Amino acid sequence: MTVTEDRTGDRAVALRERAAKAAVARRNRWGRRSLILPAMIYTIVVTQIPFVITIWYSLQSWNLLRPGSREFVGLENYGKVFTDAGFRNAVVNTVVFTASAVLFSLVVGLVLAILLDQRFRGRAVVRTLLISPFLVMPVAGALLWKTTMLNPVFGIVNFVLKPFGVGTLDWASRFPMPTIIMVAVWQWTPFMMIILLSGLQSQSTDILEAARVDGAGPWQIFRRLTLPHLRTFLELCVLLGSIFIVQTFDSIFIITQGGPGQATTTLPYFLYLQAFRRFEIGQAAALAIVTTIGTIIIATIALRVLSNLFKGEELAPR
Amino acid sequence: MSTVAERAPGRVEERTPRPGRFRPRRLLVPTLAWIAAIGFFFPVFWMFLTGFKQEADAFTSPPKLVFKPTLDQYRAIFDRDFTPFLINSAMATVLSTLLVLALAIPCAYGLAIKPVEKWRDVLFFFISTRFLPIVGAIVPIYVIARDLQLLDTVTVLIILYTAMNMPIAVWMLRSFFLEVPRAIMEAARIDGATLRQELVRVVLPLVAPGIAATALICVIFAWNEFFFALNLTASRAATVPVFLVGFITSEGLFWARLSAAATMACLPVLLAGWIAQKQLVRGLTMGAVK
Repeated sequence: MTVTEDRTGDRAVALRERAAKAAVARRNRWGRRSLILPAMIYTIVVTQIPFVITIWYSLQSWNLLRPGSREFVGLENYGKVFTDAGFRNAVVNTVVFTASAVLFSLVVGLVLAILLDQRFRGRAVVRTLLISPFLVMPVAGALLWKTTMLNPVFGIVNFVLKPFGVGTLDWASRFPMPTIIMVAVWQWTPFMMIILLSGLQSQSTDILEAARVDGAGPWQIFRRLTLPHLRTFLELCVLLGSIFIVQTFDSIFIITQGGPGQATTTLPYFLYLQAFRRFEIGQAAALAIVTTIGTIIIATIALRVLSNLFKGEELAPR
Repeated sequence: MSTVAERAPGRVEERTPRPGRFRPRRLLVPTLAWIAAIGFFFPVFWMFLTGFKQEADAFTSPPKLVFKPTLDQYRAIFDRDFTPFLINSAMATVLSTLLVLALAIPCAYGLAIKPVEKWRDVLFFFISTRFLPIVGAIVPIYVIARDLQLLDTVTVLIILYTAMNMPIAVWMLRSFFLEVPRAIMEAARIDGATLRQELVRVVLPLVAPGIAATALICVIFAWNEFFFALNLTASRAATVPVFLVGFITSEGLFWARLSAAATMACLPVLLAGWIAQKQLVRGLTMGAVK
């Protein structure tokens, strides 16, 4: 370096080369940015701007059915949200519903994944049948449960349970919450199952073999090797599952309409009532903000888990 | 069924291809698996069956398994103008999926080949939009759509479904792009290909199956979507789920007809999902699990 720097001619060449290189790099960077930007701008416009507007709306008293009723009221809507017994009820229902649905579908999904991890004849068919509830349009699934499955007189469920002394039980009105939890478990178990099955199948066979040679029993292997290996997958199931299941709207709308009374009114359904039955835009917006903040807290944890899953990626050679 | 085949005598333990896994009793596994599969699939099977019944056969106690099949219900549905709903659903699904792919493919590619600064932030920005509850934004979306005269149009559904599927598509596609051997891209670059040419001529053909899988995931979510369709459309742009909901009130007692309509509504996605089941897990976990 010191030698070349003595000669001004060489130095100019070096500078020019460096400038050219920087220009290419800049062009490349913009080339890459231009690949990313359209999708990003689209997503910001469609998803983030409405959210910001929601904040603005939440500070206003505004009913769409009363034109000219719009005025700025500050945090009044939030006060109403938090003092509303209906809101507290909806929060409790949401937590009960989401937690039970996630837990049960996770457990059933794990059992089914373990079954499907074994080799047996017809395994592909069994897997195909098992993922079907997840693919069924949720509206159609909910309608079928409400009618052909759970009808007190003609429903299949009561027919099957007849030998056990269940008469013409009206599930949706006697046990509203268990009913919608059950439908959610039916729908989301396949989701848990396929994620956990991927987890089971990604286990190294060598390690399992080694454990067996060392005399470990099946239960021990499951407890000590399989479960720890599955941990990340279980976390992923719980977090993604919660995020999707907490938004459940279709089956509540169809099977119980949030009732009887408010027994199955969860936050999404409560918000729907505020916005589209009563057209209380300001209050619905405040409710939306509160719901979203709650979700952000869960989502932050979820992102951290996802982020951990991706941590290895940068180091791994491609 | 399969249990019979498994009952063959012999030292099963020696034939098992994956030794050491947690395996309960040999016979128990297929039996339990089949029982679970039949249980979970039963509502779908019953829907399919009931769709071919006369209403009188649908309302019986005990339920009828054997009956004279009829296509009357399917005929009745199409007489009642099911077709416009199907067309609306198909348009919203197909066009939004195409738009997602058009935007997400370049984006995922740009994120896969890196050094864009903060690529990780961009990636997590996308995913965070999927985590926000849809209800959180529905109010202004409704008001904006109303002001832009977009209420009750398929356009508003296309716009929203595209945004809804974008994060999944970007993440999933990126995971496929990452699997393209770097050497191939570098070879193209050395041969003087621009970024665009490299993407279109070299990389896209290699990830075509991944793109197809991504498209299927987008189709599933768009086709099944109900909340936006319910709140933003009325008579002209209503989609298939909205048509089905009409059965709760006006036709609550027509089970056979409801089942026929539900079968039509579910079939496209069921078939798509069965075909793409290997890729399903990847789409549902945003490419995190393969």
